[in-house]
Amino acid sequence: MQYSSKVMEHFNNPRNVGEIADADGVGNVGNPICGDIMRLYIKVKDGIIVDAKFKTFGCGAAIATSSMVTEMVKGKSVDEALKISNRAVAEALGGLPPVKMHCSVLAEEALRAAIDDYHKKNPE
Amino acid sequence: MKKIYLDYNATTPVHPEVLDAMMPYFKDFYGNPSSVHSFGQETRKAVEDAREKIANLLGAENPSEIVFTSCGTESNNFAIKGIAFDNKDKNCHIITSAIEHHAVLKPCEYLSKKFGVDVTYLPVDKCGIVNPDDVKKSITEKTVLISIMYANNEVGTLQPLEEIAKIAKEKNIIFHTDAVQVVGKIPIDVKKLGVDLLSISGHKLYAPKGIGVLYIKKGTKLHPLLHGGSHEKNRRAGTENVPYIVGLAKACEIALKNMKDENDRILKLRQKLEKGILEKIEYVQINGHIMKRLSNTSNISFNFIEGEGILMSLDLDGFAASTGSACTSGTLEPSHVLSAMGVPPEKTQGSVRFSLGHYTTEKDIDKLLEILPKIVERLRSMSPLWEDKKRSEIRD
Repeated sequence: MQYSSKVMEHFNNPRNVGEIADADGVGNVGNPICGDIMRLYIKVKDGIIVDAKFKTFGCGAAIATSSMVTEMVKGKSVDEALKISNRAVAEALGGLPPVKMHCSVLAEEALRAAIDDYHKKNPE
Repeated sequence: MKKIYLDYNATTPVHPEVLDAMMPYFKDFYGNPSSVHSFGQETRKAVEDAREKIANLLGAENPSEIVFTSCGTESNNFAIKGIAFDNKDKNCHIITSAIEHHAVLKPCEYLSKKFGVDVTYLPVDKCGIVNPDDVKKSITEKTVLISIMYANNEVGTLQPLEEIAKIAKEKNIIFHTDAVQVVGKIPIDVKKLGVDLLSISGHKLYAPKGIGVLYIKKGTKLHPLLHGGSHEKNRRAGTENVPYIVGLAKACEIALKNMKDENDRILKLRQKLEKGILEKIEYVQINGHIMKRLSNTSNISFNFIEGEGILMSLDLDGFAASTGSACTSGTLEPSHVLSAMGVPPEKTQGSVRFSLGHYTTEKDIDKLLEILPKIVERLRSMSPLWEDKKRSEIRD
């Protein structure tokens, strides 16, 4: 199995690892039985995601997709962020091996879960 | 960067003396061993000499009990399908274990699906050992074959083969063992073990990929897999792979000569590796039986992180190891071996197998012990499970 150089780079130097103590939204997805757990934190100001951090238990692709999705959402409005698809995350990483596409799905799910949590905490 | 290979259970490099022994049989001695002329006579002699050396390594009664195949997988398929097809009118039953290599499990599944053969997959204890009493209890009047591996490839645990062989013999049932991981590492005596069929793979003992052996005890009847010429006394058709057969014999000869010293040396290195890991890294566990285990194999679970991340990080530092975890390339299934041993899923995911071999040095282990704690620490710093663990510790 061959990872793209971009995946390797994000695995080796992941962006935005950590937690946000006063996060406006937290998304928790996956379980250890299926092999991956992602926890994604977002900080929102005036409808714009100003910060995102993650913690991930999973393979190299899971760590790289987490890193990439946090990079992609920063600076986007909450509505724009909801449009980020798993495919877009995978493409930004220069592609993923077919057996690892589920990692990008998990990243998309983690993002949606964090935004859902934000909406719950901030009803319009 | 010096690359350090710690994946000898996956495959081994060809020993230089093995390669030297093989070379003349590609270009200079190329006759078909079945030919009558002098070209054929030369290679026939080479094949029969090789057969004798291999019989010697295994303690076989007669060299004719050695049948050359293309690999360990073929040997296992030959043993299992060969016995089942020989008993096809009997609505037969096979006993094996849950921790076998796929080269045993898949032929059993195939026979079960396509031919209605009844298969019992015996459980193992938390160390990965089959209970001989379970074997005894599973036997029915339809049982024609018991197939239990000698040592497991993922954790290295050794099975109580002699006890199981005794049970098989009492009931007059053929006993096969997949000894692919054992041959060349510890002494084997097929007569003492009491096995009827035993599989070998060349590339696990410094011979090339593409050569295997099935030991077939005299008098054991099984159907051939390959039909064609009358090679291997009608048991396996196909022109003998002379250079590889010569190479395998040379590898066996070398293994037999150095076995005790090599085993002691490798055991010391593994002890150093495991002691170092246990001292330097918290929340780790060694999988498999602590004593009844191949000296070169160490399967370790690093809790709260996933195995593939460890492997990728090790690879970036020049180390090659492997994992039976969910992220083994091409499959997302967690290790069936660790699962059968009752290792919980999150620990199965975080397991790494280090398998040491001929070229492993103390320096390699020192270097591994220097970088591994850093890798584990970095991955844990990214893990939500580790974060939860640390939080709960603060609360306590």
